[in-house]
Amino acid sequence: MTANVDTRNALVADGITVRFGGLVAVRDVSFTIPERGIVSLIGPNGAGKTTFFNVLTGLYRPTTGSVTLGDRDITGQSPHKIAQLGMGRTFQNIRLFGLMTAAENVMVAMHSHTTSNLLQIVARTRHNRKEERDSRDFALELLDFVGVGKHADEYARNLSYGDQRRLEVARALALRPQVLLLDEPTAGMNPQESAVFVDFVRRVREERNLSILLIEHDMSVVMRVSERITVLDQGEKIAEGGPDDIRNNPRVVEAYLGRTGTEGSAR
Amino acid sequence: MALSTPEAVETAPAKSDIAASHTRRWALWFAAIAVFVWVFYTFALPNLGSSGQTIVREWMPLGSVNEALVWVICAVGLNIVVGYAGLLDLGFVAFWAIGGYTAGWFMSNFFNQISNGFYFLSAAPPNQPGIHLNVWLVLGLAGLICAGAGIIIGAPTLRLKSDYLALVTLGFGEIIPQVFLNGADIRGFNLTNGALGISPLDNVSPLPFGPSTIAIGDASIAISKPLGPFDTTAKYVMFVLVAAFAVFVSLRIREGRLGRAWLAIREDELAASMMGVPLMRSKLAAYAVGAFMGGLGGVVYAVHNNSVFPDRFNFAISIILLAMVVLGGMGNVWGVIVGALVLAWFNSTGLPQFGDSFNQQFGTDINFPSYNYLFFGSILVLMMLFRREGLFPETRTRQVLQEAERSDAEELDGGEV
Repeated sequence: MTANVDTRNALVADGITVRFGGLVAVRDVSFTIPERGIVSLIGPNGAGKTTFFNVLTGLYRPTTGSVTLGDRDITGQSPHKIAQLGMGRTFQNIRLFGLMTAAENVMVAMHSHTTSNLLQIVARTRHNRKEERDSRDFALELLDFVGVGKHADEYARNLSYGDQRRLEVARALALRPQVLLLDEPTAGMNPQESAVFVDFVRRVREERNLSILLIEHDMSVVMRVSERITVLDQGEKIAEGGPDDIRNNPRVVEAYLGRTGTEGSAR
Repeated sequence: MALSTPEAVETAPAKSDIAASHTRRWALWFAAIAVFVWVFYTFALPNLGSSGQTIVREWMPLGSVNEALVWVICAVGLNIVVGYAGLLDLGFVAFWAIGGYTAGWFMSNFFNQISNGFYFLSAAPPNQPGIHLNVWLVLGLAGLICAGAGIIIGAPTLRLKSDYLALVTLGFGEIIPQVFLNGADIRGFNLTNGALGISPLDNVSPLPFGPSTIAIGDASIAISKPLGPFDTTAKYVMFVLVAAFAVFVSLRIREGRLGRAWLAIREDELAASMMGVPLMRSKLAAYAVGAFMGGLGGVVYAVHNNSVFPDRFNFAISIILLAMVVLGGMGNVWGVIVGALVLAWFNSTGLPQFGDSFNQQFGTDINFPSYNYLFFGSILVLMMLFRREGLFPETRTRQVLQEAERSDAEELDGGEV
């Protein structure tokens, strides 16, 4: 796997700089996600991870630099457009549609893959009925895939924390993305749950045939799942490489120890 | 967290099935009531004793039922904007007014520049100036014009966040009636006849074809007979049909992909956009569909009054409509219908009648109808204190609004950047 991951890139971010007034949140960061790769973005708090993430998903427009998804330039496109082009994401603090059922949550993400217009919906044409049926079937399939199939008709807000995390993944998968961005997916999980999640991430990559970018604080998860790790500190890329390189990189150790004392580098 | 998952749910039928049977039950009830009301006023009322007739005529005249139906149509439209998509609109009266004037323009002698008159399946007497279209055609036309107006108004404003959107829509709700009030001389062209309004409107007929009336027993039921101002029973049938159409459309839309997109936007706009839902387009669609129904309501209102006057379209209408939506249960069409019927009746008939009885009983001289906004305000405050979800809330929201607020606690551990 690792041998041929860099043959093609699913996503290329080139020379991204983001300025907020005088503050430079991200400075000239270049970054790629290889096709069918699992890569991670780490860094101490305030390193610019989330800002960078928001550039990829279209929430912020980079001051300079460009983002390419597949072979399309998506720099400065609106978030829904980028999502339609094949970028799914989950959120650090879960943002499900709480008062919609699990199945409905997933079906919302199929909006861009369905075409029924207003009149067809009101008249409930054959096309619309078929589309609704297919959407529902695909939603149930995805829910089964992530393991919350038996909760398909429960409101998302009533699911357990772990199930909500999984539902978010199912919802993102409904976009049929080429790239899946997971924003701190194991936040709030205990070590066993995190370990299960690592396997789950691998399975998603294998069976859904996509590339995955993780932002993660839990170093044990990062080291176990990533094929490549990029480290940001104070808005700049300070290191990039396989887990072993990063573990032993003195700049990374310094960045972490210098800020939070014990976290991260010890592992 | 896991504790909050009720185990019983797993054996229960799917939520969509429950919702479908729930809808069917409410729909049947409303259809039954609508038919009952018609049968009652057509057959039973003339046979009641004179005292019974007086009570019905005082407390529940069919005219006030008809007016309540106008409110129902508009409230169902507003519910799409406010209840489905979660966009606060304080200027819905604008669409009501545009619909009303569309009826005025296309169903009267008003445009006397067209001296021979332009007729199309109209029940109006021949050889009159102006444009005379069939009322059903005018309904569709008004709906489309309002939907267009909704898109024009919405395009620049729907980018705004909640409070600002409310303020801008409030502005539009004031501007449009002012345009109609001052539109008597637009570079020499009389578009709206100013404060005089447009009156009378063409007589309408329930259908553009068929026999003029059918007699059942001693009651005659209008089919294609032009309806005068006092043919309230026939108008009732017409209004019920329009209201049923509005309800049908809003129920159907809710089920489909558009309805889901609206719900998602209401729940979490940012997450919705990240899931590929185009925010502007979806919001504009909500606005346009709501406006369409506002247009229907406007035409029906014009037919009900046989006239259009600009001063009828004031800010209070927008607020009363909002109160109907909130009282009935935001997002639940059936609740909104009940809310609209109750408040409209209370406003037009219930309060004045109660006032009269009260004054007679106690020899007082209180002008109750002038306190109607005091009552509306009190109802809204009490609702917000004791039943925030409305009388008949949507199944989804019932649960949340009865729970304690927990978003504050959740914000704390969110750690969002």
